[in-house]
Amino acid sequence: MNDIEILELLDKDSALTAADIAVMLGKSEDEVKAIIDRCKAEGIIVGNKVMINWRKTDRELVTALIELKVTPQFGRGFDQIAERFYQYDQVKSVYLMSGTYDLALQIEGKNLNEVALFVAEKLAPMEAVVSTATHFVLKKYKEDGIMFEEAEKDDRQVMLF
Amino acid sequence: MKPFDPKAQLNDVLTSLPPSGIRKLFDIAAGMDGVISLGIGEPDFITPWHIRNAGIHSLEKGRTQYTANAGLKELRAETARYLRRRFGLEYGPENILITVGGSEAIDLTMRAFIRPGDEVIVPQPSFVCYGPLAALAGARPVYVELKPEDGFKLTPDALKAALTPRTKLLVLPFPNNPTGSIMTAAELEAIAEVLRGTDVMVLSDEIYGELTYTEARHVSIASLPGMKERTVIVGGFSKAYAMTGWRLGYAVSPVEVNAALTKLHQYAIMCAPTTSQYAALEALSAGDNDIEEMKREYNYRRRFIVKGFNDLGLNCVMPDGAFYCFPDISSTGLCSDEFCRRLLEEQKIALVPGNAFGRSGEGHVRVSYAYSIEHIKLALAGIQKFLDSLIP
Ligand SMILES: Cc1ncc(COP(=O)(O)O)c(C=O)c1O
Repeated sequence: MNDIEILELLDKDSALTAADIAVMLGKSEDEVKAIIDRCKAEGIIVGNKVMINWRKTDRELVTALIELKVTPQFGRGFDQIAERFYQYDQVKSVYLMSGTYDLALQIEGKNLNEVALFVAEKLAPMEAVVSTATHFVLKKYKEDGIMFEEAEKDDRQVMLF
Repeated sequence: MKPFDPKAQLNDVLTSLPPSGIRKLFDIAAGMDGVISLGIGEPDFITPWHIRNAGIHSLEKGRTQYTANAGLKELRAETARYLRRRFGLEYGPENILITVGGSEAIDLTMRAFIRPGDEVIVPQPSFVCYGPLAALAGARPVYVELKPEDGFKLTPDALKAALTPRTKLLVLPFPNNPTGSIMTAAELEAIAEVLRGTDVMVLSDEIYGELTYTEARHVSIASLPGMKERTVIVGGFSKAYAMTGWRLGYAVSPVEVNAALTKLHQYAIMCAPTTSQYAALEALSAGDNDIEEMKREYNYRRRFIVKGFNDLGLNCVMPDGAFYCFPDISSTGLCSDEFCRRLLEEQKIALVPGNAFGRSGEGHVRVSYAYSIEHIKLALAGIQKFLDSLIP
């Protein structure tokens, strides 16, 4: 069976159970379960998350995207530097990028000050860091394929032929 | 002097037509809050953005005038390419008329062929417009019952039994709304064999032609030997591309027929909406992938909902096309009308009674799965409660 199809379904909705997926694909539940378990064991499924629009809650939260230029480490390229960054809990994502900078980090904090201090005190002083540029996220319109500001609603009639 | 009554002046063919009871059910549902509906024959997807954007772009460029009566030449040419690519049908722009939905194409076909006293064979259960439009055009609709034991398909024997020297037109409503049944190439060939040598025309409503879930793709009867010259294919954008509100469809027919349909369309409509035509051009030329994506979703839901109904103890056959299933509710002892009315009143769940699609739909309900799995689960849970409440 096609693992990809199961993964795509879970990617859209991680709350789907193996039983649901089995029905949707016309397969047995055991078969689907075995594939999901194998994907977990092989580090293909690495977690599952719910999408939350924190703006609609009382929680204080700011997100920033940080562009970093760094000097790659001899023999280990960028991996070792990336690791230094992603060990921090405040760092939510770390990507190695093509183009005018090397690493992109997504950072979360309670407020602008907290994030700015983190960049100034923890990231910028690191030996390999050549320069940083911090961009605060003002509003999330869409993330991971999900609309944030406009809940999808069914405008259709209730009954029609 | 008697007060003037405009109603008395209306065409009595029209006034005697349904809808009757079903309209009331629709109105009750429309007036209720918080209804969980599986009751609508329209995609839940919205039109893919690149298609909407093509419509917007045409407006920005000021394309706000009439098009040619038959529709934009590029759109007719693109429709011909699409029909060849997707269904192996050989037509040119001269065979194609762009209409206001498949609905208009059905109406035009009835009006173009029917002479007073003609008969139109309408297999049922099927979409509700064929009989009324045939009657308004002056024909007598002859209803043929499709049977569950035949998989709700038209059999050559049933067709033969309905044919008379007055038969003008056979409506072929497959893939079928409300049953989801389809006709395979071999099954269509058996129908074609009955028609060859007669003067009967075929109105093949293939509006759901993109939505089949079998290994083999949808087959049009027009692709069978001797059938192209007697077939009008009705197609459209509503279901394939989730474009119901754009009101666009087409008729595909022999050149002489297309000229007649175009003449009628020119008098009644002028031309189909211009913005929609530009959007449709984008849909046909760059939308194959959208169809596949939506079809994949429908297929998940199809399997899910059919198992759901069977688990509830309501026998439901796995349908091969469209986005409906047609479970058998006769085991509840209720007729379809009562089942749907009580389900709406007691659990706020909207389904359409099977008999709304013809007498032979009695004992069934039409369930649309153009809804998310989450929504379907919610509806199934409510139906479960309703069924439990029926047990004394
Ligand atoms: C079988 C069938 N034919 C035709 C139509 C009309 O579609 P439209 O006029 O939107 O193209 C419908 C709509 O529900 C349908 O179910």
